[in-house]
Amino acid sequence: MVTDLCDHIVDIVANSLRAEAKHIGIFVTEDFDTNRLSILIRDDGNGMDERTVRGVADPFFSTKMGKKIGLGVPLLKGTAEICNGEFNIKSFRGQGTEVSASFQLDHPDLPPLGNLKDTILVLLVSNPETDFTFRYSAGEKNFALDTKQMREPLGSVPLNHPKVIAFLRSYLEENL
Amino acid sequence: MNIDDLRKIREKAEKDIQLRQNQARIRIVVGMGTSGIAAGAREVLKTFVDEISKQNLADVIVTQTGEKGLASQEPLIEIFEEGKPTVIYGNVDAEKTRRIIAEHIVNGNPVSEYVIETR
Repeated sequence: MVTDLCDHIVDIVANSLRAEAKHIGIFVTEDFDTNRLSILIRDDGNGMDERTVRGVADPFFSTKMGKKIGLGVPLLKGTAEICNGEFNIKSFRGQGTEVSASFQLDHPDLPPLGNLKDTILVLLVSNPETDFTFRYSAGEKNFALDTKQMREPLGSVPLNHPKVIAFLRSYLEENL
Repeated sequence: MNIDDLRKIREKAEKDIQLRQNQARIRIVVGMGTSGIAAGAREVLKTFVDEISKQNLADVIVTQTGEKGLASQEPLIEIFEEGKPTVIYGNVDAEKTRRIIAEHIVNGNPVSEYVIETR
């Protein structure tokens, strides 16, 4: 079962990685004034043609012929619809894909957000060649992380080095 | 703690990197397709990330991949090691992951009871 919104995020990011994205943006916003939670994931991967974009929200559609049907997008779309929200996917061949979903923040069926700190940490260090921009805002609280800014101070040291992982863990614990 | 603290880490880490010459001894791949995630692959990946950092396993890297076609036995992990057969573990959870790290990754003895395939 997909149990929290972080599962959805990881699932959509997996599509971006499969599309050979070099940069992935993850934006999570909790807006208490409008009672909305929104998630936007944008990548610069291979993108899809129009027919594929239309099919991708259909649970019986997959481009991986003969393989297990990918359910990431229809599952997220389903959750957004149940929670009085909206779902959108935009994609252009060779340019990338943007998936956005919003939810009614206090909807009884809204799954918990889940552990964002762990989720971001794991995504960053298990895909050390990919650049990630992550932004989270909830009311007054704001957090932003951009792996591009970490490359220069790190030099040749990769993001998945044990000491960098330890740093990222504490950094996320302290600031997110 | 801020991003500039990474400069200090760099000095220490560059020594490790010279030792391993950018060659990871072991590469671990965790299946993170929809069914893997649903079966708990996130927790498995997180456990690997935590242990690599805690035990300073500088020559071990963990990455993620999509569906593996063995959905009924997820979470699935593959262990690639130079000169050795690839070992695939199935139905892995956080506890099994810690045992695989201790016995297989650190000591070189695959945990045969969790192995579902070797290649």
